[in-house]
This record gives sequence, C-alpha cells and structure tokens, in this order.
Amino acid sequence: MTETVEQHPLSKYLRAAMMPHIWCAGCGNGIILNAFVHALDELQINLDKLVVVSGIGCIGRAAGYINVDSFHTTHGRPIAFATGVKLANSELEVVVISGDGDLFAIGGNHFIHAARRNIGIKVICANNFNYGMTGGQVGPTTPLDAFTTTTPYGNIEHPFNLVHLAAAAGATYVARWTTLHVRMLTMSIKKLLQRKGFSFIEVISPCPEIYGRHNKMRTGLEMMEWFKKASVISNFSDPAKAEITPERIVIGEFVDIQKPTYEELLHNKMAQIMKGEGE
Amino acid sequence: MAGEKTVLTGVHFMSGDIACAEGAIAAGCRFFAGYPITPATEIAEHIAVRMPKVGGIYIQMEDEIASIAAVIGASYAGLKAMTATSGPGFSLMQENIGLAAMTEAPCVIVDVMRGGPSTGQPTLPGQQDVMQAKWGSHGDYEIIALAPSSVQEMFDLTINAFNLAEAYRVPTLVMADEVVAHMWERVTIPSAEEIKIVNRKKPSTPSDKYMPFMPDDLVPPMACFGEGFRFHATGLTHDEYGYPRTQSSETQMKLVQRLCDKIRKNADKIIRVEEQMLDDAEIVVFAYGIVARAALSSVRKARQQGIKAGLLRPITLWPFPEKHVAKAAEKAKAIIVPEMNCGQMVREVERAAKGTPVFHMPKLGEEPHTPMEILEFIRRYGR
Amino acid sequence: MRVEIRFAGFGGQGIIKSGIMVAAAACIYGGKHAVQTQSYGPESRGGACRSEVVIADDEIDFPKVTEPDILVVMSQHAYNEYAETVKKEGTIILDPDMIPNEKEIEGVKVFRVPATKMAEELGRRIVANVVMLGAFTAITGIVDKEALKKSIKANVPKGTEELNLKAFEIGYEFGRKVVEG
Repeated sequence: MTETVEQHPLSKYLRAAMMPHIWCAGCGNGIILNAFVHALDELQINLDKLVVVSGIGCIGRAAGYINVDSFHTTHGRPIAFATGVKLANSELEVVVISGDGDLFAIGGNHFIHAARRNIGIKVICANNFNYGMTGGQVGPTTPLDAFTTTTPYGNIEHPFNLVHLAAAAGATYVARWTTLHVRMLTMSIKKLLQRKGFSFIEVISPCPEIYGRHNKMRTGLEMMEWFKKASVISNFSDPAKAEITPERIVIGEFVDIQKPTYEELLHNKMAQIMKGEGE
Repeated sequence: MAGEKTVLTGVHFMSGDIACAEGAIAAGCRFFAGYPITPATEIAEHIAVRMPKVGGIYIQMEDEIASIAAVIGASYAGLKAMTATSGPGFSLMQENIGLAAMTEAPCVIVDVMRGGPSTGQPTLPGQQDVMQAKWGSHGDYEIIALAPSSVQEMFDLTINAFNLAEAYRVPTLVMADEVVAHMWERVTIPSAEEIKIVNRKKPSTPSDKYMPFMPDDLVPPMACFGEGFRFHATGLTHDEYGYPRTQSSETQMKLVQRLCDKIRKNADKIIRVEEQMLDDAEIVVFAYGIVARAALSSVRKARQQGIKAGLLRPITLWPFPEKHVAKAAEKAKAIIVPEMNCGQMVREVERAAKGTPVFHMPKLGEEPHTPMEILEFIRRYGR
Repeated sequence: MRVEIRFAGFGGQGIIKSGIMVAAAACIYGGKHAVQTQSYGPESRGGACRSEVVIADDEIDFPKVTEPDILVVMSQHAYNEYAETVKKEGTIILDPDMIPNEKEIEGVKVFRVPATKMAEELGRRIVANVVMLGAFTAITGIVDKEALKKSIKANVPKGTEELNLKAFEIGYEFGRKVVEG
C-alpha cells in the first residue's frame, strides 16, 4: 500500500521561503544539513530553544535554511557571537555551522579561545579545503601541493589538522567524518548536541565545482570516491596523527571527555558572590 | 542577591570610568564583553566586580572583535549589552558595529579616546575618533554618539545611550576622552525610580506572523532568541522576514534608507546640546567633551571683559546638531572650534554655519586647551 | 575661591590616591566643589606621576591645574619639573630627604616635611603620602581636618585605617609646629 504525504517529514526543520539553496551540484553542504536535521529530529530537540549561528561562506547560508532562531554573522565571528548568546541565556542550545576558512583563518582566534574556556557551544565545520564562495582560493586546510586559484603552482603552506587543533585547545568532544559517512555523522551530531562542553565536528565535504576541478576531481562522485578509498576509521586514536592525504583520511571520534563548562563555573561563582561569599 | 544594589543612589566621589560602569548597571546592562585597553580598562575592572553581584555577565574576550560580536549575540539573546574600548580597539570593532547597525542590535560601545593614530599616546587624551564614530564602518548607516563632559555625564549619558540604543535599535556610542574617564568628581546617583529606562519594543504579533524587520514607525519590534519566534537575521541585505535579498535593488534601497531615516527623522528628538550665553553671542565657541569645560571657562572670562561670547556644546555628536549651529551662526561674527584633533567636527560646523567664519583650534598631546588659550582666540575675533 | 593643588612624585608613592583623598574630602565631606585629574606614564611603579586637585566654592568649569597655588612634591625629578610652575605667593611642601637639591624660587613659601622618614619610623614607608597629607592639611587649612580623616578612612585598604590615621596625625602635628614656627 502506498501512502501519500503532503510534505516531507522533515520539512518543518527548513525554511521553505529560503529555497532554492545556493549550493552547487555535488556540494557536500546539503548532506551536512540533512544529517543535522535528522539528528534534531531523532533527539526531538526543542526548536524554540535552539539557535544556529553561521559565518560567511557557502555553508554559512545553512543558518538561514534551518527553521529556528538563526543569525548569519560577519566573516569569522560566529563563535564570538555565539559566546554572547550562550552566556546571555545558557538555556539555549547554540550551534555554530560554518566553514574552514571562516572558523580557522579569519576566525581561528575565536575558535581556540572558546575551546579553551569550554563554552558550551557546538561547532560543525564543513571543510572543503578552499574558499568556495569567492571562487576557490587557498585556505588554512588546503592540502600541501593542492592547486587553487591563488596557489596556481601548488600549495606550499602546511594545513591545519583541525581535530588536533581542537583537542589541543581543550574541546571536550572532537570528531571528524566525511559526507560519505552520513550515518556516523548523524550519530556524531547527536552526541555533539548531547554534550555540555565545547564540542567540535569536522566534516570533510566535497567541493567539485571549485576545489575539485583544480585537483582532478571534477564531480562530486569523484571526490566521494576519494573519501571512500582513503577514509580510515580510527576512533580515539591520537588526533595529532589524524592525517588527511590523497591516500589516507583518518576519521572517527577523537575526544569525548567531561570537564566543567564556562557557564557552569560562571553561574556557580555568581551564586557564591551573590550569597556574599568569595570576596 | 544579598541586597546588592543595582543603583547606588547617593552622592559619590568617583572616576569617569567607574561612573560609566555604574551608569550601565543602572540602565539595566547585564552583559559586558571587553578587552583591556588604556584608558578604558577601569570600566571593565569595575564591571567585573559589580556585574556578578547584580546577576549580570562579565567576560573578557580574546580581542575587541570578539567583544563586540559577543555583545551583539547577547543583545539578540535578550540582554542589554555593552563593551568599552579606546582607539585601537574601536578600529577593530568597526566591521561589527556595521553588523549591529545592519541587524539593528541595540548595544552600547564606549570609546575612551586617547591620542592616535595607531598606538599613539595611550595615557593621554584625544578627540580623534569622532569622525570614525560616524563613518567607521563601511556602507551607509546612521548611528548615535554622545560626548560626556563630566563624571556625572559619564553616568547620565551611559544610561541615555542604552535608552537610545533600545528605542531605535541602533548601536550607540559614548565618545569619552581620557581626561573625563580618569577624572574624579562628585556624582549624584538618583533613586532607581527616578531613572528613566527605555526597553526595546517587543512584537505583539503571534510568532507565525512575526516579521523581524517589519518596521513600526521606522523601528521594528524585536523578538529575542529562545522566545519561540524562530526568526533569522543576517548582515546581508534582507527583507522584512530577515531573508537575504542580495540581488534586489529595491530591498537594498528600502532597507538602507530606513536604517538612515530612523535616526535622521528622529534627530530632533535625539539631539541634546548645552547652550551657555548664546542669546546675544557674537563669538560662539563650539566644543565638546573635556574641551567644553575649558571653553565655558573662557566664555565666562570673555564676558567679564565685555566680549559677547557664548558656548554651544553638543552632547549628541551624531546625529549632528546642525540646526543649533545654524541658529547660533545667524548672529555670530565667528565660531571657534577647539578640538583635540587636527580638525574633525569643525567640518560639520562649517557646513552648518553657512558662511559664518569658522576657526579651528587644534590641540594634541597631554593637555586639553586651557581657558586662556581659547580666550585669546575669542579676543582676537571678538574685537 | 579656586585653589589649584598639584601632588607630584613617582609611581608607587600614592600620589594619585593623595589627590583623590583631598578632593573627596573637600567635595563629599567638606561641602565644596572639587575635581581630581591625573597624569601618569606607562610604568606602574617608579615613573613620574602627578595628581591634581581643584577646589572651589562654585561649580568647576575647567578641571585641570594650570598654575598651582600649592605643590606637594615627593621626588627630585618631580621637583625639578614642577617647582617653578607654582604661582607667586604660592606654597611648596616637599620631602627634603627625597629632594636633596632645591632651587632658589622667589616669592614662594617652602615647607619641608620629612614624610618618608616619619613613615619609616612608623614602620611603613608606604604611608609617607598620608603623613604628607597631614602636614598639607595643617599648613594650608584648605580642607577641614575631620573631612580629610573621613576621606582617608573611606579610601585606604580595609584594615589599614588605624595606621593611616596615625600617619595623618603625625604629619598634621608636624605641619602645625612648622606653621607656628
């Protein structure tokens, strides 16, 4: 028997008025958005208490596509903005969805300090190895020797290892997946949403139209084939050794620890001060 | 709260920075994010002591860019929020001041001006950021900027700044200077009931009908995160729903014009000036901040010598009180503009004075103009 | 009446605090108008430092000191810088142990108060500025003695009130004797 439904069961999570989205065919951002929305649905998250913040870049539009309170900040500043939101109202679940350039080049300082403070915000980074929106320039995660419009002779900069960086800066949950690993990514986002402290997921995402075409992977399928061929799940291995090379992409969960969040410490301290202690 | 007072009603002897911090708390500010910088640091230090006692949040961010971003976030999450800085930090904040203007986030930014450009003279006063206050972020927008001349005004105008920020959903600047900030003077803090507090207009529409940027008398009512309205805001050009309209000329014209109009069309309500002995003044001294104190002294001295001098002190720097300047210029032989810069507000004065000669007195470095220096100018043109 | 007072020395001597305590005494406890301004360098300790107070019967327009009626000075460097800025018929109160080299300045009354030595005798060199304030109060009579004591109590760290008031009294007595000759 066939049942006809008027609407996609997950359509309530999206803003129909914002569609069509701006993303290219073969882009991984839709997969990330899909995994995020599934995680919200499976956890039955209270959408009135969820805030999604993004910065500038292709994935930055995600905040607008999700039907919750959302804010699209200036380039590089979603974590700093989210810090203000989370501290002003700690009951809110605050998720930052942004790109590698936004979070780790122009916004890198905010990332490490938010992780260090263990502010209870959740960060999902779409890492597509380049600045897609501006036409494919080198970024902080572009692999060595890769070609971009501004590394026409091959990249000579060493890239950041984002999971190593996040772990070293103090993040309490750190994972890396590719957009090929949708179920694991969804499971991981669910964990991210259930953790209290600063949590981080890097999602390796295909950018065939911009990054791929300079690097012999002109279609989404070709990029996904790279992910399939190279990905190695190595849960709780040393994030310092979680490499991303043409031959090997180390994915999995790397950190899952507990420590007091900034908000907890702050509110405990405030309660003491208001009682007249701690002077 | 163990009886901790939010309004320290009474007579106090305090510094300008402390008075500013107390003004913020009295105005209902419950979020402060900042980064240490001379000569504004004492504002953050005092807030760090006081804020937790009144249930508010203080956080020292990693830089001034983060500070203003966090302030905008806190404002959208429903708190009255502020940051305080000086020139170098003010420069770093400019992009996000534009974001606050574009997303109509009520917030207060205090700039305690020191000697610039660049690192300049950190412990010495300046008035070199007053044009930056108006034009610092890219694109067209209007802003409100106030200039305190006394420690009492550091308290009063900080409250005023919050009220204007909330009423017009606009970032509002308190453009102080090192002398006013570090000076200690008597401050009278009224009772909480006597302090006028303005809060942002809240939406009266149900959440499914709410359009976050649909103006009501030029200013849209503001829902906050977590209230169930599930709205979107962006620094991109946006329609009344808050949705990006990056290709629509019509939306761009409508939005940016409104952002300017909500301040321009309310300028008469916003602008405040102090006028001293202006009625018959032939020589008008136009001065603000600490320099206005020397100017008042010089005007009094000139009157004693039979020269018809008067003082026009803009309390509101932006929007600029051009009508007041024009009126004073009608009778004046000359307008003298002493400023701790090489000539900034004087350009606005010239524009508004419509032909009346305007003379600028620049001064940089440790000391503001002395009353005798300004008096000498008054005598030169008052003959 | 408008009196301009300049306190000068080096950072760490409590110069800024001296100005604040005198101005608060005049304005909060003494019923006059007063304002304190300051100038300091980038150093927290040891750099040149000055604190200025204007006291008046009427509201004070210009808050800065241009020509001090009184200079209270506690370092040679500050003395060299400011001794000659004092108004004719003005007053200099100085610590002779900190200022071994004085100049001949015409028309200015000079009072020598060994405040640092007196504070050392009390066991706390740090209260030298308060000894100086005691002498300043007795010598100039600009601020009421009781008002200044209230201001000191309100402005020194908790637990040091007694020590500071003792330092003040010693300075005051010294100043009184100096004036009476």
